[in-house]
Amino acid sequence: MSFSPFMGWGGQIALGVGLTVVTALLTLVLGLGLGLFVAILKQSKWPAARIIGDAYTTIIRGTPELLIVLLAFFGSTIALHRLTTLFTGRDLWIQVPVLVCGVIALSVIFGGYAAESIRGGMLSIPKGQIEAAEAFGLSPFSILLVIKIPLIWQHALPALGNNWLSLIKSTSLLSLLSMEELMRKCTLAANDTALYFRFYLVAAAIYLALTGLNVMVLHKLESTARKKS
Amino acid sequence: MDLLIDNLPQYGRALLTTLSLMILGLVGGFFLAAPIALISVEAPRPFKLGALIYTTFFRGTPLLVQVFMIYYGLGQVWVIRHTFLWAAFKEPFFCAILALALNTSAYTANIIKGAIQSVPKGEIEAGAAFGLNRAKLYRYIILPYALRLFLPAYGSEVIIIMKATSLAATITLLDLTSLAKLIMSRTFRPFESFIITASIYIAITFVLTRILKLIERTISHEDKIDRLNRAPEGQF
Repeated sequence: MSFSPFMGWGGQIALGVGLTVVTALLTLVLGLGLGLFVAILKQSKWPAARIIGDAYTTIIRGTPELLIVLLAFFGSTIALHRLTTLFTGRDLWIQVPVLVCGVIALSVIFGGYAAESIRGGMLSIPKGQIEAAEAFGLSPFSILLVIKIPLIWQHALPALGNNWLSLIKSTSLLSLLSMEELMRKCTLAANDTALYFRFYLVAAAIYLALTGLNVMVLHKLESTARKKS
Repeated sequence: MDLLIDNLPQYGRALLTTLSLMILGLVGGFFLAAPIALISVEAPRPFKLGALIYTTFFRGTPLLVQVFMIYYGLGQVWVIRHTFLWAAFKEPFFCAILALALNTSAYTANIIKGAIQSVPKGEIEAGAAFGLNRAKLYRYIILPYALRLFLPAYGSEVIIIMKATSLAATITLLDLTSLAKLIMSRTFRPFESFIITASIYIAITFVLTRILKLIERTISHEDKIDRLNRAPEGQF
């Protein structure tokens, strides 16, 4: 028999890594959109919008991520049950796929943290730059496109990068809902082979590689953002 | 609301578990972080590298992996299984605190290191010119200055660890989040259960933020008085 450090679980773990990456990327797209929306709400002229935005970020940042994930898991099934009973009149129980409620929960969480990071970027735009652009006769739209967005991007990027790194690690929470991502695959492998330490070490090493790789990508992004503006 | 009243004793115990995990984890983490930070600033290169590997590992991997590794993984290591260490490592409560402490120590060490490195060079050189040795430089110049930079960043770490106790408790401990999960799956009322538990967490966050602000203000206030007293005549 040949030496096999993964005891035949290598392929499964690779699949898990794939699902972890897909989950993180889907969440990034949805969460960034949500975060931008909430950041705009928080900067709005209308007090009602500001209150909603502030309440959102306070609740998300004040509660554990796991609690929100659990709410999405148990809540989605109940909510769907109520909806289907309301519309069809029948007693239907449909389990929402874990990937769907997992991505929604993580996006809601990521959106709350990203909103604060984006708001920080918005606040750091110097007034003088906008006035200078106006004096040059630029339209509000081109000011947004040419001045505001690059500046917000540059100033929010370090904080958003940290949000992204913790999102990668947070995807491991979905293993508690039995979604077969990296952490869950390693737990299954550990239970099957009784090699707990080895497989959790494998999980740790892969997460470390993922975060390390992303740190490098973020450094690259940050230096290009600085050069452009 | 009746969920809360019916399960009040359980909520009380769960709150106690969450708070004790947080406090013990933070205290343990701080005592680990201080030497690590000092090593990463002052020690020779190989030691610095060791500290870097330590902080990178604990900051780069999910807390959940660390908790499982300690609770399920270390129990298999012979030295732990067959010596007095087993008495501690078989307890999920101990493992949860250890995981929290190790995790927060890496983040805290980075905060301390950052604070020490932001002390202006001129202040340190001035102290050295007065003939202060390294230890006295730390005692009178570097640490008082670094403390003011350390506190706000450490405040957010305290809140993060308060919430992270929910992950540490996944190894069979009944904290606020596991209780919420239990009630969600038992009563089929996830929304009420969430609102109650989230409110408790937000209340804790609120109280902690207040306490931290108070400490920050006291320290910066003392600092001001100190400077006023030391300032030469006529400068104010």
